[in-house]
Amino acid sequence: MTDSIPAGPVNLPPIPAFAAPGRAAPSLRGSVDWQSATVVEVRRETPNAVTVRLALPVWHAHVAGQHYMLRLTAADGYTAQRHYSVASAPDDEGHIEFTVDRMPGGEVSGFVHDVARPGDTLEVRGPLGGFFAWPGDRPVLLVAGGSGLVPLMAMVRHRRRRALTVPLRLVACARTPQDLLYAAELAPLPGEEHTVLYSRAAPPGYPHPVGRLAADTLAPHAAAAVADERYEVFVCGSTGFAEHAGRLLTAAGVPTTRIRVERFG
Amino acid sequence: MSSTTRGFVGRHTAAERDPRLPPGQYDARHDFPVLSAEVTPELAPADWSFRIDGLVDRPRSWSWDQARALPRERYDGPIHCVTSWSKLSTDFTGVSLDAFLAEAGPRAGATHAVAFSHTGYTTNLALADLTGGRAWIAFDFEGEPLTPAHGGPARLLVPHLYFWKSVKWIAGLRLLDHDEPGFWEVNGYHHRGDPWAEERYSGD
Repeated sequence: MTDSIPAGPVNLPPIPAFAAPGRAAPSLRGSVDWQSATVVEVRRETPNAVTVRLALPVWHAHVAGQHYMLRLTAADGYTAQRHYSVASAPDDEGHIEFTVDRMPGGEVSGFVHDVARPGDTLEVRGPLGGFFAWPGDRPVLLVAGGSGLVPLMAMVRHRRRRALTVPLRLVACARTPQDLLYAAELAPLPGEEHTVLYSRAAPPGYPHPVGRLAADTLAPHAAAAVADERYEVFVCGSTGFAEHAGRLLTAAGVPTTRIRVERFG
Repeated sequence: MSSTTRGFVGRHTAAERDPRLPPGQYDARHDFPVLSAEVTPELAPADWSFRIDGLVDRPRSWSWDQARALPRERYDGPIHCVTSWSKLSTDFTGVSLDAFLAEAGPRAGATHAVAFSHTGYTTNLALADLTGGRAWIAFDFEGEPLTPAHGGPARLLVPHLYFWKSVKWIAGLRLLDHDEPGFWEVNGYHHRGDPWAEERYSGD
């Protein structure tokens, strides 16, 4: 994103900048070429989500937050393709992992859950998208709803794998404890602050109210992002979640130019 | 060329695939997914305006009431999102960009435009893709005011291109004598975005 669009032939009023510049130089080769990746593992994360690990013949390190396109082709030539965020860290050389929620009637997610197994080949292209991406250079607040945690977990993993010291705050919202992705990894390491929230049911003794993400719960995280202007905020989740979280963040004073949003339709 | 995926049976056979769907797209049916990279702005109609400047004889802006006073048209055809969903029938109401451009008077050298939103989002379009009854400023969807998440109070509608070109919360067009990539175009997306040519990403 340029800071302003180019001036025309006369003195034109500037266009307000939308956001900080894109964070990833798009990989043209990776984004153009389809390649056949090999499934090396399919593992269950929650009752509704599996992670599929792929080995890529032509591997371009992604920037945490980027996604790939996955294409399936039936015997008669019918194809279906979807975008999936990369869950794994960029330094996982030669490999990427997607975590896929089973969608009701989903032809691609259903295949990944019920059919895919090690040794299968799946066509992918990527990494894609240069905006919802964090190279690990600035403090971040990550706000995840459900499977919106997937690209944000790539950021958490990137920070850990590189032993980065830049502050990271994570607010992860799930319906119930059994729906929480990557639960074993959601204990904060030094320099990290985590808040895990449940909207339907929480374990006994849980310190936060059960229900929708509340302004009070988000407040300390938002305050940190307001106080330090280097902070960037990444929000990922359903449309309803993203709209709600965006409203809470802006109401708490976080400038919209420092908030990047990815919505799952 | 794609290679067959072991064990994959699609929702349809290839022969059943709706010919109105461009390659690689699926029918979202009643869903209307929301995809935008920024926080949805709270923009009241009274705070909305639309302007055309750059290479025009009469740069000007329209208030909500002025824009709404122009002749209305309806678009009920398909829309296509680069993330692979399409909606095969829609129901947008708005004003043809031809009506706005006629008042602004594009100069002979104008070949492209940057469309920009009230949030500062931008995209590039060839002027030829914005004229000839193929682009609108849309106010209503299915008879109701456009919701903020879908770009309300008003969005650009250029349905023959991928939908990232149809700028939400549209604020204006700047006409130029050259192509100037916008927000997604500098982030790896195709400069034109024709769904029938699958112009999704740079180099497609």
